[in-house]
Amino acid sequence: MTTHDPDPRPLLLGGPALGLRLIVLALMAAGLMVADHRNHLLAAIRDGVATLAYPVQWAVQAPVAAWSALRESFATRTRVEADNVRLAADNLVLRLKLLRFESLEQENQRLRAVRESSARVVQRSLVAEIVRVDLDPFRQRVLINKGTRAGLFRGQAALDANGIFGQVTRAGPFSAEVILISDPEHAIPIQVNRTGVRSIALGTGRSGLLSLPYLPQNADVIVGDLLVSSGLGGVYPPGYPVGKVTAVKPDPGQPLLSVEAAPLAGLDRDPEILLVWFEREVIEPEPESEAKPATTTAGPPATAPMPAQPTDQAQSQAQTQPQPQAQSPPQLQPQPQPQPPTATTDQAPAPSAAQPPPDAQAETPAQAPAEPPPEGNAP
Amino acid sequence: MRGTRINFGWGRVIGLTIISLAAMVAPLPSFLEMFRPDFVALTVLWFCLLAPRLLGLSYAWCAGLALDGFRGVLLGQHALTLTVIAYVASKLRLQIRAFPPLQQSAVILALLWLNEFLLFWIDGVAGHPVTDWRRWLAVPVGAACWPLVVALYARFAARR
Repeated sequence: MTTHDPDPRPLLLGGPALGLRLIVLALMAAGLMVADHRNHLLAAIRDGVATLAYPVQWAVQAPVAAWSALRESFATRTRVEADNVRLAADNLVLRLKLLRFESLEQENQRLRAVRESSARVVQRSLVAEIVRVDLDPFRQRVLINKGTRAGLFRGQAALDANGIFGQVTRAGPFSAEVILISDPEHAIPIQVNRTGVRSIALGTGRSGLLSLPYLPQNADVIVGDLLVSSGLGGVYPPGYPVGKVTAVKPDPGQPLLSVEAAPLAGLDRDPEILLVWFEREVIEPEPESEAKPATTTAGPPATAPMPAQPTDQAQSQAQTQPQPQAQSPPQLQPQPQPQPPTATTDQAPAPSAAQPPPDAQAETPAQAPAEPPPEGNAP
Repeated sequence: MRGTRINFGWGRVIGLTIISLAAMVAPLPSFLEMFRPDFVALTVLWFCLLAPRLLGLSYAWCAGLALDGFRGVLLGQHALTLTVIAYVASKLRLQIRAFPPLQQSAVILALLWLNEFLLFWIDGVAGHPVTDWRRWLAVPVGAACWPLVVALYARFAARR
């Protein structure tokens, strides 16, 4: 349409400068990726970008949040009344449970004091809201509206009212990213509540499904078993519900059982979650009384059949862990492993009290996810 | 679109970038999430093809880095892939601009595919591959959105 272009600059651009710019920028991007992937050097940059992004992310979800708030405020009276009745009934039941719970807790603490092991119960919790943005459709991660300003840290456990939700992978000043237990990169050390069998539950990428691929064929697991966190690895507080077993598929041709479980936490429908602080420090048992059970239990984990080919990073960590333990009692030689101290010390007292389960193979202390090293960031 | 006068202030550039970034994380029903086109890539391609004097590879790099920060993925992966497709688009700019709309969409399809393929490859190298076939669904959707993007942005650019 315009016949005369007033712009005096040349019409053709590019030339060799374009290729040069591509190379320089590509190298910069590659350098960033390596630095970010290798040793998390870029925490400051990442936090900066996340902080800048947060207002936009917040603005994006604001209409949705406003709509649900509006709907909430116009909730009909009958619904509120019905809710109230239901909550009152719930409250009564919970109070009854609490009456028993308090006496049990005291008894438990007394018994633990006798055994000089720490209870590691949740001490403090904080409610955070999930910001309704879609980070990545193929990864199970969410953004929450609390960050390091509220005391959050990387590797912190997140729960909801029904069970374990996930853990914090990145904490900016005002927001944090939480990886769900159903993310394919997440692994959580669990225990079957009925029998005490320990294993690892891996995420699958679908929010209603966890898989337990490392149980031997003779493991005592049935459909309906409750899985609770075992507390190995030190990320999650022990004894909190994780999921319910939904399918056990014994295949005689395979060395290991294929077990599926459904997470109990409402991973895809929670509006808010609970971040918890608990005592991670474990009292070291004296090495003299410890050496014996450590050597006796060193046998089963070393000789028991291991999964053939570890594909996951988390699993390879979990497998390399028991080996130094099998050769020497862990308490005599503190290992320079980047693992939380609870992983090794927590395992040792267990057999002294109870008999080791027949399939002690499942006792591989697992570092929960591959990415965040949860140690050293206790507040 | 040949005669469109592009006069963008930096305010408009930043505004467009933020809008496309916001569109990448806006909450959608879960069955629609897979179909979300890569708005940032489309914006970068539009600038490279139709406003090449204004913005080029450095813009692609910065927009990619911002997208990485927004999505919380490996820092630098979108920066790399967007720079690469911006380079190809800048190289072939004069040819692509002469194409009829349908053919243009086909080129955009190829470029978006290249973008997604590089992301797929980086994901694999970084150790968390997403092998779900549905990740490729966004590519044809993005190409189908191209004529819309061109019309919309031309309007946005022409308004004084």
